[in-house]
Amino acid sequence: MSIQYKSIKDLSNMLLKRDISHEELIKETFSLIESNIDLNAFITLNKDSAIEKAISLDNNKVESTLSGIPIAQKDLFCTKDLRTTCGSNMLSSFVPPYSATVITNLENAGCISVGKTNMDEFAMGSSNETSFFGNVENPWGKNLVPGGSSGGSASAVSSGIVPAATGTDTGGSIRQPASLCGITGLKPTYGRISRWGMIAFASSLDQAGPMARTAEDCAILLNHMCSHDLKDTTSLDEPIPDFTEDLDKPIKGMKIGIVKEFDLSKLDNDVVKVFEDSKNHYESMGAEFVEISLPNISLSVPTYYVVAPAECSSNLSRFDGVKFGTRCDDPKNLEDLYIRTRSEGFGDEVKRRILIGSYVLSAGFYDAYYKKAQQVRRLIKNDFDNAFSQVDVIMSPTTRGAAFEAGSKGSDPIQMYLEDLFTIPANLAGLPALSLPNGFVNNKPIGLQLIGNFLEESKILQFAHNFQKTSDFHLKTPRGENIS
Amino acid sequence: MSWETVIGLEIHVQLSTKSKLFSGGSTGFGAEPNTHVDLIDMGLPGVLPVANREAFHKAIRFGLATNAEINQVSSFDRKNYFYPDLPKGYQITQMTMPIVGKGSIKIDVDGIEKIINITRAHLEEDAGKSIHDLFDGETGVDLNRAGTPLLEIVSEPEISNAKEAVAYFKAIRQLVTFLDICDGNMAQGSMRCDVNVSIKKEDATELGTRAEIKNINSFKFIERAINYEIERQIRIIESGESVIQETRLYDSVKNETRSMRSKEEANDYRYFPCPDLLPVVISDKEFSEIKDNLPELPDEKEKRYIKESNLDEAEAKIISSSKTMANMFEEACAKTNDSKLVANWLVGDVSALLNKDNIDIEESKLSSNNFAVLIERISDSTISGKIAKSVLEEVWESGEDVDKIIKDKGLVQIQDESVLEDISQNIIRDNPSQVEAYKGGKDKLFGFFVGQVMKETQGKANPKSVNDILKKLLDN
Repeated sequence: MSIQYKSIKDLSNMLLKRDISHEELIKETFSLIESNIDLNAFITLNKDSAIEKAISLDNNKVESTLSGIPIAQKDLFCTKDLRTTCGSNMLSSFVPPYSATVITNLENAGCISVGKTNMDEFAMGSSNETSFFGNVENPWGKNLVPGGSSGGSASAVSSGIVPAATGTDTGGSIRQPASLCGITGLKPTYGRISRWGMIAFASSLDQAGPMARTAEDCAILLNHMCSHDLKDTTSLDEPIPDFTEDLDKPIKGMKIGIVKEFDLSKLDNDVVKVFEDSKNHYESMGAEFVEISLPNISLSVPTYYVVAPAECSSNLSRFDGVKFGTRCDDPKNLEDLYIRTRSEGFGDEVKRRILIGSYVLSAGFYDAYYKKAQQVRRLIKNDFDNAFSQVDVIMSPTTRGAAFEAGSKGSDPIQMYLEDLFTIPANLAGLPALSLPNGFVNNKPIGLQLIGNFLEESKILQFAHNFQKTSDFHLKTPRGENIS
Repeated sequence: MSWETVIGLEIHVQLSTKSKLFSGGSTGFGAEPNTHVDLIDMGLPGVLPVANREAFHKAIRFGLATNAEINQVSSFDRKNYFYPDLPKGYQITQMTMPIVGKGSIKIDVDGIEKIINITRAHLEEDAGKSIHDLFDGETGVDLNRAGTPLLEIVSEPEISNAKEAVAYFKAIRQLVTFLDICDGNMAQGSMRCDVNVSIKKEDATELGTRAEIKNINSFKFIERAINYEIERQIRIIESGESVIQETRLYDSVKNETRSMRSKEEANDYRYFPCPDLLPVVISDKEFSEIKDNLPELPDEKEKRYIKESNLDEAEAKIISSSKTMANMFEEACAKTNDSKLVANWLVGDVSALLNKDNIDIEESKLSSNNFAVLIERISDSTISGKIAKSVLEEVWESGEDVDKIIKDKGLVQIQDESVLEDISQNIIRDNPSQVEAYKGGKDKLFGFFVGQVMKETQGKANPKSVNDILKKLLDN
């Protein structure tokens, strides 16, 4: 029995009914990885210990829906004794002595980590083209990018190799690749999932989240990913609900906000049509639409490109060739060690952001850039607070279009930065947001973004699940088949 | 023309917490390199800091003792610079919202009191150590110290000369040891300071350009470095040039300061709020608990010693001047109940030995327990005061246990009056001419007989008993 494209729920039932053993499931997963090796979705595989764990689960099952479920982990999460590269030459041989809290949480719930997925270097990129380990292919088309930075995770789920993957989202790195690969991905409220063991890009924006075929699977994963972690002081000490509880509740009478300032007229007609279709779909389920205003939203991208590089320039200082990671050969002196290690260890996009970040934090520029950006961030947050007094969720396209070809954004980084136009605001405001497949443009999937209020992951999952119960966009495979 | 010196000190006090400021790593001194280092101290990818509340409590104690503003909400910033012993490439410190705000401390220079205002005191993590001389052509890095909590105490530029600077440093050291927030051990680097020195003409209102002398860790060097620096700056200005703003290092071997880096070469630290740490909030309850449990400070001890232990002011001042001395006093008093006797020994013989060796009580080999035993042996007449002096000297040299010295050397006082009486009778019998002279009115000769008995008993006779016995035998 093929396991490809199966959801967590399906696989869990198969294991429960002993249609398949844990060992068979994991071995089959590795066959799928092998047959899809051209996607370049994985940087490092965890075959031996994954099979070992599967065998032990065959003898001793964990009481959880996730018991025995194969999962792909973004290579940004530290995994004990398993190489963790963050997509960078700098960490190309780094083996962490500890695991990220979210990895431990998932593995304790019975998940089997099958490997580490490819990604943009240090999560900086929107096409997975900045990875030291090469481009990842989008299963929906030769030479199409999967999006980024969680491109490997999106590609692995989209191709049906695994039902679930972890991602991280600093400015859209879960939602954008989910949109481009036709899967569902959720960025939770900032602080829901511990950042302990996540290699930091921009600490005040980084948030881990689940990537899966369906909203329901995302809810199941989220149940086990969240925890209040004393090792992360920004981790929230809030009750963690059962995120599957509200999935089936109808959305009739609930309100969806449409952002006045998101000018869709600049998007392709096809993209706009898909979005309008989704609005009609929700309307048919009884949802009401309200136009809302987020007056400062146009400042999101510039604000983000001050805050994120500033934090990254500091976070990446520890990669200096002294203690771990790559070190240049035969340094002549300390300065030479720093300069060559960092020149050789980092790729262009990472260097660009370190430079921007160092600049905006410099004496004399701090007030004009970083401080100002933080003030604008507060205004954007206030805009959302006002909006959520009127609506339950806010809806927009996730991306400006479908997957593009590798190399097509050329050498202009601004074009790439605009990829995250719709996704960045939720990061700045710390709000939960997800992307679900809502249609196709030129036979390529695109996604719909739902932004929720603080801690209201359940509500956006409910909206997404209601949509998926009455549509089949999430059930199309790249080969054009429908998953039964 | 007369020059006025303006000095400000930044003192780094290593807080005596069990674990580091942001990790569970041990703060113990002297371990094998890189053995007191956990994932956080190493700055491994993905690790996050968690602020140590004990460090905050200790910082607050300092603030309370200097009548300072305490910021119950304080936050952390990152100071970015590259150095091999700085594992993360930034130091976490408190730039914008320090835990302790404006305060002040009283100093005493040759009997004259002066108040020095303190601008702020903030928490930050220490760096590791670079070891340049152990490996040929290479530098070793020891991260044991990395992450150790420091309280950086910044004074206003109100210190006028090297003597005042030393007095200020001593006052801070006295305070932090009494508060039990730092061991005050300068040799191990528990206290270090940066000194900012500038000079200006007496009537000038604006400050001169300052030089910062980094990382000095002894009283002597503070004094010498400042005096050297003042002379250097006067020399420069009087020769028509100007002082440049720079960081300098003090070379104790050559007794000079030399340039480390100029203002132009200085790092741009790119400070910004540390996004990994939420502001730390000290609740009112927590705050008042710290306040209610503040240890007794030197001034309070001095008053108590005068009032309750019957010491005179000079004695009380000397004894309360150091935590170790005060502990010795209190421990010995508890054993003997004779505060005057204890004070006499501390202010007299012990202080004399300290002066002779030019050291602080903390540096001596005399432990407070050993001292208490010594006083107890005097008090219970096991040894005479004279013998006690020699025992003290021996302890001073060797640190040996008092009771062991008394036992090994057979110094126990002869209490048996019949033994003393036999010896005394022998002395009287052997010295008939002196007896005659004494009886003839030469009272002073009494001392001769006492001396002879002491000589015979190698000083072990109880002097009071000898007096009584001789009086009885000679006056009858």
